[in-house]
Amino acid sequence: MTRPVPRGLGQHLVVIYPALMLGVFFIVPFAIMLAVSFFHRVQGGFYEPGFELDNYARFFSAFFARVLGFSVLVAGLAALVSVIVCFPFTYLVTRLGRRWQVVLLVYILAVLSLSEVIIGFSWSTLLSRTAGISNLLVWLGLMDAPAAWSPGLTALLLGLCYLGFPYTVLILYPPLSRLDPQLPEAARMLGASPLRTFFTVVVPAMRSTILGALIMVFVFTLGAYLLPQVLGRPQHWTLSVLITDQAIFQSNLPFAAAMAIFLMLVSLALVGLTMMLGSREALR
Amino acid sequence: MMSRCLGNAFIAVVVAFLAAPLVVVAGVSVNEKRQLAFPPEGLSLRWYGELLAAGDWLNALYNSLLVATTSGVLALSMALPLAYFIWRYRVRYARALFTLGIAPFMLPPVITALGLLSFWVTIGMYGKLPATIVSHAIFFVTLPLVTISLGLESIDSEVIEAAQSMGADSRSVFTTIVLPMVRPYMISGYAFAFVLSLNEYIIAYMVAGFTVETLPIKIFNSLRYGYTPVMASVAVLFVFIAIAVFGLIARFGNLPKLLGAWAPRDA
Repeated sequence: MTRPVPRGLGQHLVVIYPALMLGVFFIVPFAIMLAVSFFHRVQGGFYEPGFELDNYARFFSAFFARVLGFSVLVAGLAALVSVIVCFPFTYLVTRLGRRWQVVLLVYILAVLSLSEVIIGFSWSTLLSRTAGISNLLVWLGLMDAPAAWSPGLTALLLGLCYLGFPYTVLILYPPLSRLDPQLPEAARMLGASPLRTFFTVVVPAMRSTILGALIMVFVFTLGAYLLPQVLGRPQHWTLSVLITDQAIFQSNLPFAAAMAIFLMLVSLALVGLTMMLGSREALR
Repeated sequence: MMSRCLGNAFIAVVVAFLAAPLVVVAGVSVNEKRQLAFPPEGLSLRWYGELLAAGDWLNALYNSLLVATTSGVLALSMALPLAYFIWRYRVRYARALFTLGIAPFMLPPVITALGLLSFWVTIGMYGKLPATIVSHAIFFVTLPLVTISLGLESIDSEVIEAAQSMGADSRSVFTTIVLPMVRPYMISGYAFAFVLSLNEYIIAYMVAGFTVETLPIKIFNSLRYGYTPVMASVAVLFVFIAIAVFGLIARFGNLPKLLGAWAPRDA
């Protein structure tokens, strides 16, 4: 089909409404947020227009550095575990018959759509002293008394992995299901074991996909805002929690905006990097 | 043979990990007493009844359903013309427009949430129901945009050319060929947006959390004051809604293709 260049108002008409909506309700809010990040905060009130870099200067504090370092660390760990577990999982799923694939995909989508509130609540229940998994271990005779494992760092990491798993599967599903089946088959014909085929043929062929998935899951778990509050202690709060807290409870919108702009730039840079990796893969 | 067993065992372990917290919550939700206990003591469905009987929970359920249905329609109304325009015409800024439609979903949601918060505060709509609906529509426009674009890509260009050579104008091509063929993709895009909107917390909270209480906000607020089994029943309800909706999409549509599988092997 030849795709014409749109001419006149009539053919542009269809795009005006969605472009206008996205412009007004997406671009304008970002512009306002950018502006607010330079505004002056009024103690006890809200903020007043101005231009100052104070909100950005606060990044150079030990407190902010610690929160940022911790956020990067937990998100990075969760992304790493998610990809290590979900890459073989997704590969195995794509090798299944269509019926089982669909069943598992419905399941993965259902878990993915779960609210962070529900995930947090479920894990805190699972790790709690009264209704948690430790009761099972006591019953089996492996432990003496039930214990509370939440809140804590382990609980937070488990929750973040739980959040990251279905997302990772959905990112890895398209490239892995498009992987030429002849590639592993050839390796098998030459006598490689399935495990060896996986590690010496499938993993190297998917190197940039794996790197891309790591980055995407990292950005995704970096955005978790409720799990650190429900499953972690105050020292486990991440940048996303801090932004919400400053905006809603400290009424310091300028500082929250400055942090959000910072988080956005980091995420955009990382997502852009992933897209570059993807297009390089497509060129080959 | 042995490796296949090992592979299936690995799949089963991951599936079990994803199921573990849900099993506990399902158990807790049928507990007879108000206290948190697992395995459940006694069997009762009273907490599901309470969800529908207690005024504040019912109100949150109503808000959630209202926001999810309307914001899905609004998202669809933006996604269809945008996807059609990008597919139909050759424009240089098409890629930019598409990226704009994808962007809200790619960034950590707290960023979009804060942007929308500053916007609604500025125009004096903070805390109002339409603010929540429009915000969700913008945030979830990505989903119908992606599914409808997939649907448009799958239309055979020869069909369009045949219609055009027989004298059909753009309007009748759209209503007689394009629309019927992308309809299933519109429905699945809407369904994705609906389910995710039901579960969305941070945007709804930042934009109108204190006045328009949706179910996730209600759960989190009650979590601060302690435990009630109604939360567990809401969680179970949401899991069932998600499974039902995605199961229906899989039943009547091509789920592997929707999720990006190339030329799915038909079996």
